[in-house]
Amino acid sequence: MILDIIRYVAVAVIIYILGMCGIVLGRKNIIIMLMSIELMLLAVNLNLLIFSVYIDDLIGQFFALLILTVAAAESAIGLAILVIYFRIRGTILVQFIHFVKG
Amino acid sequence: MYLLIPFLPLLAFFVAATFGRYIGRKGSTIITTTCIFLTAVLSTIAFYEVALTETNCYVQVTTWIDSAILHASWGFLFDSLTVIMLIVVTYVSAVVHLYSIEYMAHDPHIQRFMSYLSLFTFFMIILVTADNFIQMFIGWEGVGLASFLLINFWTTRLQANKAAMKALIVNRVGDFGLSLGIFAIFFVFGAVDYSTVFASASDLIGYKFFFLHMEFDALTVICLLIFIGAVGKSAQIGLHTWLPDAMEGPTPVSALIHAATMVTAGVFLIVRCSPLYEYAPSTLVLITFIGALTSFFAATTGAFQNDLKRVIAYSTCSQLGYMVFACGLSSYSVTMFHLMNHAFFKALLFLSAGSIIHAMHDEQDMRRMGALNRILPFTYTATLIGSFALIGFPFLTGYYSKDFILEIACSKLHFMGVNNLAYWLGTITVSFTTFYSYRLVFLTFLSKNNSFKQFICSTPGHPMHEANILMGLPLVLLAFGSLFVGYLTKDMIIGLGSPFWGQSLFALSSNIVFLEAEYLPYHVKLIPFVFSHIGIFFAYHTTAFFLAGGAFGSTNKSASGIGQASLQKSLMFYRFCTQTPIVQAYSFFNQKWHFDDFYNRFIVQKVLSFGYHTSFRLLDLGWIAYLGPYGIARATTFFSKTFSKLQTGFVYHYAFIILIAITLLLLILLAGTWGGAPFWGNGSTSAAVTGPSDLTLHFIFIISFCSLSFA
Repeated sequence: MILDIIRYVAVAVIIYILGMCGIVLGRKNIIIMLMSIELMLLAVNLNLLIFSVYIDDLIGQFFALLILTVAAAESAIGLAILVIYFRIRGTILVQFIHFVKG
Repeated sequence: MYLLIPFLPLLAFFVAATFGRYIGRKGSTIITTTCIFLTAVLSTIAFYEVALTETNCYVQVTTWIDSAILHASWGFLFDSLTVIMLIVVTYVSAVVHLYSIEYMAHDPHIQRFMSYLSLFTFFMIILVTADNFIQMFIGWEGVGLASFLLINFWTTRLQANKAAMKALIVNRVGDFGLSLGIFAIFFVFGAVDYSTVFASASDLIGYKFFFLHMEFDALTVICLLIFIGAVGKSAQIGLHTWLPDAMEGPTPVSALIHAATMVTAGVFLIVRCSPLYEYAPSTLVLITFIGALTSFFAATTGAFQNDLKRVIAYSTCSQLGYMVFACGLSSYSVTMFHLMNHAFFKALLFLSAGSIIHAMHDEQDMRRMGALNRILPFTYTATLIGSFALIGFPFLTGYYSKDFILEIACSKLHFMGVNNLAYWLGTITVSFTTFYSYRLVFLTFLSKNNSFKQFICSTPGHPMHEANILMGLPLVLLAFGSLFVGYLTKDMIIGLGSPFWGQSLFALSSNIVFLEAEYLPYHVKLIPFVFSHIGIFFAYHTTAFFLAGGAFGSTNKSASGIGQASLQKSLMFYRFCTQTPIVQAYSFFNQKWHFDDFYNRFIVQKVLSFGYHTSFRLLDLGWIAYLGPYGIARATTFFSKTFSKLQTGFVYHYAFIILIAITLLLLILLAGTWGGAPFWGNGSTSAAVTGPSDLTLHFIFIISFCSLSFA
C-alpha cells in the first residue's frame, strides 16, 4: 500500500514539476505558460484526490472540486488578459513582455 | 591705588575701542595717553612704597576658580620684582603712547591703534602683578593676543598678516610648554599661587614623578617646561624666528612690545620662578647655554642685516640671550637690572629708528640712507646715546649690567664646564654687538648719502626734518634713562648686600658669586671693553666702502688725492668681499643661519604636507569618509541599482525566484523541524526558544542570498 501511494504521488509530483518547468523555462509562448499552470493545478488536484482516497476523507475531494472551478475561472481570466494584450501589442511572445522592469 | 595700576589701561582700552568713533582721533589719543601716564605715576608711587620702603603689597580681590584643592583667585602681588617690571612697562608704554600720537598721526585708524596699545599695557600689567600662575597665564596669552593685533595693525599688508600669524603660532609652541608646566606645578604642588609653590619648593628636591611614561625629577621637568614658555616669549634660539618678522608692525609697536615689554615676559617668568630654578641645577646649566647661544646667534645675524629695524630686533634677541644667560648663572637681580636698562635703551633705539624711518618716508634699508647726521642731528644724538648704552660704553646704562653678567660668568668658570663655553660666547658677542651698533650708526648717519633725492627734499620748501615735540620728548626721556638709570640704580639693585629685592628673588648661597665677580683680576674686567673696541674697528673698516669718496658724507674731496686713495682702498675691499667663501659666509649670516629655511623646509612644509596628504586626503576624505557618509551613500546607490536590476520584467524570472524561495524556505523549515543542525547555529534549541524571530532571520537570509546570486 505504501509503494502504491508513493507511485501515485510520484506521478502527481512529476506532473507538477513538469508544469513548473514549463513556466520557468517557457520563453516563447504565453499559452504554453497558461497550459503549464493548468498542469500544476491538475497535479495538485490529483494529489488531493490521491490523499483523499488514501486517508479516506472527503474533504480532499471537496477541495478538488473547488480547485476545478478556480482553475476554470483562472483560465478564463488569463485568456481574457491574453486577448487584450494581443489586441494592444499584436504579439504574445513572452520574451517581449518585459516593459515593467527595474 | 594699586588696583588702578592695571585698570587704568583697561579703561583706556575700553574707551578708545568702544567710543573711539565718538570721541574722535584727538580725544582717544589724549585719553589713552593720559591714562597710561597716570599709571606710570601710580607705579612710581608703588615703586617707592614697595621697593624703597620695603613694604610688599598684596591685594586679594575675589575668588576666581574654587574647585576642590584647585584655588585660583584674582590677586595682585606687588613685591620688588613686580614693581620694577611695572616701572619698565608703564614708563616705556607711556612714552610710546606719546610717541604714537605723532608717528601715527596720518593713520586713519589711530583710535584702534591706541586702544591696542592700552590693551597690551593692561595685559602686561596683569602678567607682572598676578599672584598665581593661572592669572599670570591670562596676561601671558593676552600680550600674545595684543602682539598679534598690533603686528597685524596694517591688515592690508600681506607680510604683516604672515608675520602676525608667525608670532602667534611660534609663541603658541612656547605657551604649550608653559601650560604643561602649570599643570605639572598643580599636579606636584597641589597649588597654583606663587606663595605656596615657592614656599614648598625646597621640600620637593629629589621628588620624582612620571612624565611621558618616564620617571623624572619633578622640579627639573617643571623648570624645563616653564623655560620652554620663556623660550617662545623671549625669543631664545629655536623659537626666535617670530621676533625679527614682527618688525612688520608699526615702529612704536616694535619699541613697546618687541624691545621692552613682551619679550621680557619670559625672562620675568624665569626670575619669578627663581625658587624653583634654584633647586633644579641641571636646568640652570641648560638655560645658561641656551642664553649664551642665543646672544651669539642673534648678534652674528644682526651684524649682517641691512634692515634698520631688523638689526635692532636681532639686538633685542641677543640682549634677551644675555638676560637668560644671567638667569642660568643664578644672578636674577642682574637679569632684572639688565632687563630694566635694556628696556630704556632699546626703546630709545627703536623710537630713534622710527624717527629716521618717519623722516625717510618709510624707507628702512640702511644701505639707502647715510649722512643723516646733518639733517637729523637730534635723532643722531638719541641713536648714539642708545648705541653707547647698548654696547656697554663705560658709565652709561649698559655698562653696569652687561659687563657685570660677563664678570659673573667669568667667576663661575671654575664650577661648571658649560659655563666656559657660555662665557666665551658671551664675550665674543660683545664685539658683535658693538659691530652692528656702530655699523648702524655709520651707515645711517655718518657715511656718504645713498638715499634718493625725493626723500631728502620731498617737496620744495619742505625738506626732510626732525619730527615735532611729541616724537622728540619720548626720545629725550628715554635718553635720560639710558644715560643715568644704570648709574643711579646700580647700588640699589645689584649692590652687594642690598635689601632691595627682599623675598621676591631667591638664590642659593652656594650659587651666588657676586663677591668673586667684584674681585676679579683687573685684566679680566677689561676683556669686554677690549672686545667692544675690536667691534668698532671692524665696523669702521667694513663700512669704509660706503664711507669712501668723502669722509663722513662730504663729497667735495672726491677729486683730490685722498679720494684716489680711498677709491683704491674701496676697490680692494670690493675684491676681497666678492670672494666665494666670504659671500657664502655673508649669506649664511644674512639668512639668519638658515633657521627660517630649516623650519620652513623641514617642519612647516612637512607638517603641511602631512596635513594635506595624510590627515586630509587619506583619513578625512579617505578612510573615514569611505566608511562613513561617502561610503554609505555609494553603497546605497550601488545596492539599490543592483536590487533594481533584479526586476528584469520577464515573467519566468519572477516565477523562478518564487520557486527558489519556496524551496529554500521549505528546506529550512524542514531542517528546523527535523532537528538537524543548520549551519548558522543549533537549530532545534534555538528554534524552540526563539522560533518566530529565527524564521524572520531565515527569511532575510534567503532574500539576501537570492539578491546576491542575481547581483
